[in-house]
Amino acid sequence: MLITCPYCGPRDVSEFAYQGDGNRTRPDPASTDAEAWSAYVYDRLNPAGIHNEIWQHAGGCRAHLAVVRDTLTHEIKSVRFAREHGAPPHGRRTSGAKA
Amino acid sequence: MSPRRTPSGGRIDRLRTIRFTFDGTAYTGHQGDTLASALLANGVSLFGRSFKYHRPRGVLTSGVDEPNALVTVLRGEVREPNIPATMVEIHDGLTAVSQNRFPSLAYDVSAINQLGGKFISAGFYYKTFMGPVIGPLKGTRFWMLCEKIIRRAAGLGRAGHAADPSRYERMNAFCDVLVVGSGPAGLAAAHEAAQSGAQVILTELDPCFGGSANWSGETIDGEPAATWASDVVGELKTHDNVRLLKRTTVWGYYDGNTLAAVERVSDHKDTPAKGAPRHRHWTIRAKNVVLATGAFERSLVFPGNDRPGVMMASAAMRYANEYGVLAGEKIAVLANNDSAYRAAAALAKAGARIVAIADLRSDVSAACRTLASEAGAELLTGHAVIGTEGGKKLSGVKLAPFSATSGVSKGNARDIGADCLIVSGGWSPTIHLASQAGARPVWSDDLQAFLPPETGKGWIGAGAFNGTFSTAEVISEGFSAGRKAAGQPALETATLPDVEPASLDPNPAPVFEIRAKGKAFVDLQHDVTADDVRLAHLEGFVSVEHLKRYTTLGMATDQGKGSNVPGLAIMAEALGKPIPEVGTTRFRPPYAPVSVGALAAERFGDLKPDRLTPMHDWHLENSATMYSAGLWFRPMIYGGPGETIEQAYVREAAATRETAGIVDVSTLGKIAVQGPDAAEFLDRVYSNVFSTLPVGKARYGLMLREDGLVFDDGTTWRLGEHDFLMTTTTANAGKVMQHLEYFLDVVWPDLKVHLTSVTDQWAGAAIGGPKARDILASCVTGTRVDNEALPFMGIVHGEISGAPVMICRLSFSGEMAFEVYSGAGHGTHVWEALIEAGKPFGMVPYGLEALGTMRIEKGHVTGAEIDGRTSARDLHLGWMLSKKKPFIGSAMMDREGLAASGRLELVGLIALDNRPLSGGAHIVEEVDAANPHGSLGHITAACFSPALGKYIALALVSGGKARHGKRAHISDPLRNRFGPVEIVSHHFFDPEGKRMHG
Repeated sequence: MLITCPYCGPRDVSEFAYQGDGNRTRPDPASTDAEAWSAYVYDRLNPAGIHNEIWQHAGGCRAHLAVVRDTLTHEIKSVRFAREHGAPPHGRRTSGAKA
Repeated sequence: MSPRRTPSGGRIDRLRTIRFTFDGTAYTGHQGDTLASALLANGVSLFGRSFKYHRPRGVLTSGVDEPNALVTVLRGEVREPNIPATMVEIHDGLTAVSQNRFPSLAYDVSAINQLGGKFISAGFYYKTFMGPVIGPLKGTRFWMLCEKIIRRAAGLGRAGHAADPSRYERMNAFCDVLVVGSGPAGLAAAHEAAQSGAQVILTELDPCFGGSANWSGETIDGEPAATWASDVVGELKTHDNVRLLKRTTVWGYYDGNTLAAVERVSDHKDTPAKGAPRHRHWTIRAKNVVLATGAFERSLVFPGNDRPGVMMASAAMRYANEYGVLAGEKIAVLANNDSAYRAAAALAKAGARIVAIADLRSDVSAACRTLASEAGAELLTGHAVIGTEGGKKLSGVKLAPFSATSGVSKGNARDIGADCLIVSGGWSPTIHLASQAGARPVWSDDLQAFLPPETGKGWIGAGAFNGTFSTAEVISEGFSAGRKAAGQPALETATLPDVEPASLDPNPAPVFEIRAKGKAFVDLQHDVTADDVRLAHLEGFVSVEHLKRYTTLGMATDQGKGSNVPGLAIMAEALGKPIPEVGTTRFRPPYAPVSVGALAAERFGDLKPDRLTPMHDWHLENSATMYSAGLWFRPMIYGGPGETIEQAYVREAAATRETAGIVDVSTLGKIAVQGPDAAEFLDRVYSNVFSTLPVGKARYGLMLREDGLVFDDGTTWRLGEHDFLMTTTTANAGKVMQHLEYFLDVVWPDLKVHLTSVTDQWAGAAIGGPKARDILASCVTGTRVDNEALPFMGIVHGEISGAPVMICRLSFSGEMAFEVYSGAGHGTHVWEALIEAGKPFGMVPYGLEALGTMRIEKGHVTGAEIDGRTSARDLHLGWMLSKKKPFIGSAMMDREGLAASGRLELVGLIALDNRPLSGGAHIVEEVDAANPHGSLGHITAACFSPALGKYIALALVSGGKARHGKRAHISDPLRNRFGPVEIVSHHFFDPEGKRMHG
């Protein structure tokens, strides 16, 4: 699998560290909504198909990337800086539902 | 020369005789022979026994699709089983043996299995061994009884026990165009791609480039096809941008156009060339791939279709034309398409007698009739083979009139003597790699086969792979595929090469099976018959995936290269559905078996470095015994002559508490946290507050994970308003950095903070003990180090022996202690200056064991206690959880389970029997050595405490503080250590901290 880092160009997946489901939204730090925190910390989407993911270019520029990937084909649909595009480009999950 | 060897023709070198043995018998062959062609030339017809019924089997094909002629190649003590004889190149000294026979190939006792064939039909194992236990002969216990016997009788070759001394290596390659297959299509594609200047790799699984050009007997633009092929290869060799890999099987097609291939570098040699590996594994990243993998001729399903002497028509033609070997002297032909006629004519030309051609079709083309008469053969249209005669060798075939429309034979059968029956049941394009790449095959009614879809992502097909069988068109497709793959525009007018003779129609009559009495095999390697497939249907299997698993059709080492389509066709007929509705299974890697050695090939240059502190050499020169701690190497003890480890660390720890000690702490993770929002950031990631920390002071900090459990601890120093130096534990340095980067990059991108890992930039030495301040005072210039200038947790800057240093007064040992940081380049210089300054005071260097001992005495936690299960309160660090601000983990840390009573809490233990304690031992109220139970917790770290003169330990125990002062026992059945302990506070030594505050 190749991920095209916006800084470094196309690089082998072995340079990257998977940093989890990119659909999660962190509740407000002061929030005491246990459901929302539980969903954020424990619930993960595991779709067969298009998935929003966060990858870190750990063996390169160390930037976090918002990657849209097809889990069936490993096709990378888009790669953007998570810093600039924290919101997942492929539709956001609104609740903690285990889809 | 053997009577089966033609006097001329082919690519074998008749002047070079090669000696080899098969099943202990010495044979000769020629340079260029495969084991199959050489044995055929010697008149050998019996190559092996079949998987289940132990039926005699010969050689069916000439290539990688061979299901029958599997052999074990012996290299010394090393056995390599299940190699198709068609893929073994002979060399002097080659030793091969047949498989799955006992006591010998010719006299096999298990052949009796075929008489009881009804009992081992499809699902035999499931029915016999997986069913409910009824009486003694059913179920798992019965299986365990029978397993050894069955495993011996059914199966393939036997793996050896000797270690493989061969070398294997791996390569990575990148190219613009990878061409898989070097037949006319592949050569044409490689030629065009090479012309354009693209980086090209051409792979061929055979020892010789050219594919069908080597045996088709055609001429291309007036030249023999084989000459045309070697001319193209010769030209490709002149290009610097072309890499030619023969004996190389591309076995896997992965995402991102990454392909895996294995090159058999030395298998064809008696001894490998100096330094050459046996196999070389290739990982190839290709911008575009041209799949020119050709097609497999498939057999027909009829009774006795597995008799030695039955062979694919194209294989017989290849043996005659490429290897100069006749598969038989009296040859019968069975066909449902035109391509067998050219084989018949070629074999007749090579000297065989073609006794009859049975064609399932009621009528055939004029071209076929001409070829039949050229072959001198009796042509029987509308006829089929309904049986074969002979034991270990074909002696005759039974022909009968046959209707292709009804699929039944009728009328009187006729026996014809023959020692070889060549069969063509149509062609199946080799779409395996495309299928691996995700392409869905498309059924072709014309070709009665699955074709690849027209275009793929990253690959372009050419030639027989596409279902194109006219060599002129194949070459034309190859040219355009090569241009396209190299990014060149298509030629406006494609000129077809001039190929003679004209191509024949490869489209077969839609017949896969000739039904008559007797075992008719679909999958020869796994002994699956047409009746097995029908039985599976009768028993309710409708999905092709289930059919495959239940009958094991296509699950042998050949992966159903020849049997998939006939098997599907029979299943489809049983279901009353058209074949495309039944569907096909997806091909998965590997395309052909890959040696485990190649997959595990040696790597040079481990990507993990050894991390050495600046003072590493000093430690070695001063009798340190080193530990590896992750990637780091750290001194364990500085042992004196004859000292045990315990004696050494006890001496070091005692000396430190008596006078002073010095330890290398350069391995601590160090992160520069800088920027206007640095303090705010630290408030969010630490459980305690850092924004109130004055410049020039340090603070102990605790980090939680998002789920509220403890993550890491360390001190962070405020060097400036916007400038902090964070330290982490050695083990978690990388994880903490990644954790901080994640939050800055993904969660709080608005914070103006920059993180830099400076672990390697600073050398650190911790010096502690009653004399530590005096030692520092004697060597530090540019700053005072007294209590006023350098209070507890204070930071000063100065110089030691001319090198700038930063000193923080903090203590891990519990003594009056200082961490002295200098630039890594000054590390050893400063260290040596400190050692020198410490000499008059009796300071000792100490290692990790003494460090650990002193931290246990003080009850400080490390990774053994921060084990991903403990909360801050479990470790009595609840006081560090700020109530004034949210921080990472604050929302989750008070969940019911984390606040429940009875959680494991940090305590101290003292051994009451004055014997050593060990990490991992359980704590129980009552010892029950015979039946250990009732664990209250476990020991996390243990040592002999010189300060207390006792064996002590830290432990996580249910109830924690409430048990202080109570007796318990340790229960360590693994090490047979039981004994009484007293549960005490984890602060064993100087609980008020008088020593470090001075």
